[in-house]
Amino acid sequence: MKNLAPKLTEEQYEANFAELNPPLSRNSAVAEANRCLYCFDSPCMKACPTHIDISTFIKKIATDNVKGSAKTILKSNWVALTCAKACPVDVLCEGACVYNERNEPPIRIGRLQRYAMDWYFDHGAPALFHPASPNGKSVGIVGAGPAGLSCGAELALLGYDVTMYEAKEKPGGLDTWGIAPYKMKQKDSLNEVRLIESLGVRIRTKTKVGVDISMDQLLKTHDALFLGIGLGSASSLNVPGEDLAGVIDALDFIDDVTTRNWSAVNVGGRVAVIGAGNTAIDAATEARRLGAQQVLMIYRRSEKEMPAYTFEFELAKSDGVIFHFLTAPKRILGSGHVEAIECVNMRLDAAGPDGRRKPVEIPGSEFRIPVDMVITSVGQNLEKSFVSTIPGLKIKNGAIEVNSETMQTTNSKVFAGGDCISGGQEVVNAAAEGKRAARAMHASMSRGS
Amino acid sequence: MVDLSINCGGIKSPNPFWLASAPPTNSGYQVCKAFEAGWGGAVWKTIGEPVMNVVNRYGSIDYNGQKIVGLNNIELISDRPIEVNLREIAETKKLWPDRAVIASLMVESKRDTWHDIVKRTIDTGCDGIELNYGCPHGMSERGMGSAVGQVPEYCAMITEWVTEVSTIPVLVKLTPNIADVRFPGRAAKKGKASGISLINTINTIMGVDLDTLELKPSVDGKGGHGGYAGPAVKPIALNMVSQIAGDREIGLPISGIGGISTWRDALEFILLGATSVQVCTAVMHHGFRIIDDLTEGLTNWMEEKRFRTLDEVRGKSLQCVADFGNLNLLYKTVARIDESKCIQCNLCHIACEDGAHQCIDLIPHNGKNQPKVREGDCVGCRLCFIVCPVDGCISMIRKDDGTEAITWNELMKQMPQPLTWEALRQFQKKHGVEIH
Repeated sequence: MKNLAPKLTEEQYEANFAELNPPLSRNSAVAEANRCLYCFDSPCMKACPTHIDISTFIKKIATDNVKGSAKTILKSNWVALTCAKACPVDVLCEGACVYNERNEPPIRIGRLQRYAMDWYFDHGAPALFHPASPNGKSVGIVGAGPAGLSCGAELALLGYDVTMYEAKEKPGGLDTWGIAPYKMKQKDSLNEVRLIESLGVRIRTKTKVGVDISMDQLLKTHDALFLGIGLGSASSLNVPGEDLAGVIDALDFIDDVTTRNWSAVNVGGRVAVIGAGNTAIDAATEARRLGAQQVLMIYRRSEKEMPAYTFEFELAKSDGVIFHFLTAPKRILGSGHVEAIECVNMRLDAAGPDGRRKPVEIPGSEFRIPVDMVITSVGQNLEKSFVSTIPGLKIKNGAIEVNSETMQTTNSKVFAGGDCISGGQEVVNAAAEGKRAARAMHASMSRGS
Repeated sequence: MVDLSINCGGIKSPNPFWLASAPPTNSGYQVCKAFEAGWGGAVWKTIGEPVMNVVNRYGSIDYNGQKIVGLNNIELISDRPIEVNLREIAETKKLWPDRAVIASLMVESKRDTWHDIVKRTIDTGCDGIELNYGCPHGMSERGMGSAVGQVPEYCAMITEWVTEVSTIPVLVKLTPNIADVRFPGRAAKKGKASGISLINTINTIMGVDLDTLELKPSVDGKGGHGGYAGPAVKPIALNMVSQIAGDREIGLPISGIGGISTWRDALEFILLGATSVQVCTAVMHHGFRIIDDLTEGLTNWMEEKRFRTLDEVRGKSLQCVADFGNLNLLYKTVARIDESKCIQCNLCHIACEDGAHQCIDLIPHNGKNQPKVREGDCVGCRLCFIVCPVDGCISMIRKDDGTEAITWNELMKQMPQPLTWEALRQFQKKHGVEIH
C-alpha cells in the first residue's frame, strides 16, 4: 500500500476495539431477569434456532442459580457465549419477546445469556454433562467451526469417539476468526472449544483434509462423517486491477484484526469496501477503528436491498463510514498498488429470477474515487473441488444438498451443516444444524448396528 | 379548593401526613427539615428509659429486583437522654406552631414514672402524646412496648395513668402481634385515650444468609426477631385499621400506619377510617421529599372526585367491609380475554391449568398460541386476571342478572341443620353452580 493510515497508540487501539456491549453487573442482570414475564410457551424460545429454554435460564439468573442457568443454555447450544455476543438478537429471540407487543423494550436476552456464560467460564467451566460410556463407534468431523463443534459435543455425550479435523492452527471456525473484536474476543470462542474438548472430543488442528489426510482415509476410519467446512474462497469482483497490492478479501482482513495485534495490521488511509453484507460492515468499521481516515462502502443496490442488519448499518454510520449506494466498481486503478477505484452509478430494474431487483449500469455515469485500499466482500463460494472428493455428494444452489430434517447429504454416511449447506448464515443456525445432524447420525448408526 | 387539614382526636395538622415515631424523627434537626419539606406532623422517636443500641439494625426483603419491599429493624427507642429530646421537642414546636408535634413515650410500668414523664412532656408545648405499646423487640423483653400492647388489661391501666394527668390528647399505638387487635383497642378506649394509632411493626425474622448461615441482620453472629414494616405489611395494617374503625365499642379517631409509601396507600387507610396517616419506611428509603407527591397526589384525587375535605372521604369504604357470611353466593363472574390486547405470554393459561380450574385453552393462531377461556367451566376465581401482565386485557364479566342474592348466613337459616353436602349440592344445582 502506498498511503498507510498512521498507526495509533496502544491505548487508542484498545479504546477503539473495546466491547460495544459491556457485561451486565449482577445487580443489573438480576433486575433485567426479574423483568422477564416467564411466559409459558415463550416466543423467544421458538425464535431461537437452537430453542434455548430462555425464560427458564433467565429465571435462574433471577434466583442466583447462575450455574443452573448456564446448564439450561448449554443443553441447547454449545456455542452459547459466542451466540450471546454475536447473534442478531433483535431479529431472533429479542425480536420475538412479548414486550415488543406491549411497546416496551424486550428483555435483553443476549446480555443475560452472556452473563450466565461469563459466570460459567469465569468459574472454571465446571462439568455439567457426562458422556455416556464409549459405544465403540467413531465419527469424523471436518471443520471445527460452530456446526462441527456442536455436532461433536452431542455425539461425544452419546458415547461416540469423535475426531475433528481443522485446517487452521486454532479451532472455532468463524467464531474464532470471523467476529469483530468489539463484539467478542478469540478467547471466548476458544473457551467454548475447550469445553467441548473436555467431553472427549479430539481436535486435530493444522490438518487440512485432502492435504494432510485423505478423504478416503476419513471415510475408511470413521463410521460416519460430518462436514462443517463453511465456505471457501471469496468471490471475485471480476474487474480489472483486482490483483493490485492493497486489494484484500474482507475475511482475510478480519482474520488479521482478530489476532488483536492491531499495529501489525496495515490499513490504507482511504479505504473502499465493496459489498454491504454484515462481513463488509465488520471490515469497514474495523478499518475505521484501525485508523483509516476515510472508509467508503460501495454497494450496487440501494439501502433497502442491503443484506446487512439494521444495527450493523447504524454502527457503521456512527463510525463515520460513508455509503455509496447504487454504485458498482468498474476498475481498480494504480501502478502496482491501489490508487483509485472507478465506479459507475446503477439503477434498479425489474426483479430477477432470485426475486431481487436487478442492478443495471447507467451508461456514462462513471466516476473515480482516490483510495489506497480496497476490501472486497461480495460473498464466498463452496469449495467444490474438496466436495467433489466425496463420492455421491450433490451440490444444489452452490451449497451441499442435505435433508433439512436429518442434515444427511446424498451420501448416506456423510452429514453436513453450517455455512456449507446454507451459503452463509448465523453462528446459531450452524449450532442448531450440528446438533440436529448429531441426533440423526446417532439414529442412523444405532439402526446400522 | 381542597382542604387537607385534619383533626385527629384533638391533634390538628395542615395535612394528614405525619412522620411515624421512628429513626426519621430522631432529632429536632430531622423534624424541622421534614416540616420544611411540608410534612403535616411528626411523632417523635419514642423517648423514655435509658437504652443502648446494637449495630446492623436493619434487614430488608428485596423482591424481583425491587429494594425494601419490607424493612425490619431491631433499633430501640431513642438512645438520647430524655431531657435532650424534650428540649428539642419544645424548640421544634415553637418554630412550627401549625404542625402537629407528638411525643411518643415508653417508660417502665409504674404510675409515678408515667405521671412524671407525661407532665414533663406537656411542658414542651407539644400537641399530643402517643403511647408506644407496640415495639416488639428489645423493649418488650423489659416489660414495655408490645409486652403492654399484648395484654389489654395493662393497656387500659397504663393509658388511664396517662390520661388522668394529661391535658393534651393521648393516642395509643397498638401492636399487630396479637390475635385480635380490637381487644387492646377497646382497652385504650377504656383508658380514655383520644385516639388509636396502628399498626406498630410485626414480629419477624428477615432471613438467613446462605453463605454465613447467620441471621439477617447479624450482630456479631447473632440475630433475632425484629419489627417488620414497609410496603409488604400494608394489607395487614388495612385489615386491622378497618377492624378498629368498624368496632362499635371503640369509636375513636385513628392514625393509620403500615406500609404507606404513596398518596394512594394513604387514601386506602383514610377510606377505611383513618384520620391521619403515619409514614416511616418510605422516608427511610427516599427521604422527606416524598411529601410533595403525597400531598399533591391526594389533592388531585380529591379534586377529581369532587371531595373538599378529608372528613368527606374518611371511612367511605367501611360500608364495603363484610364478613364472609354476608357475601352474595349467587354473584357470578367469568374471565374474558381481550385478544386485541393479549401478548400471548400465556401466563393465564399455565396459572389456570396448574393452579386453578383448567379452563383456559391454548388455541394455535398465526404461529402463536392464543389463550381462550371456556366460560362454562370458569369458576370466576380471578387468578388469570391477577397474573396477566397487560392492563385491561383480562376482565371479570358479570354473568348473573343481579336479581337473586343470598348470603351464607341467610342460606343457613333456610337450610336444614346440620348441613349436608347433598342439601348444598341441590341448592347449587338449582342456581346453576357447577363444581368440577
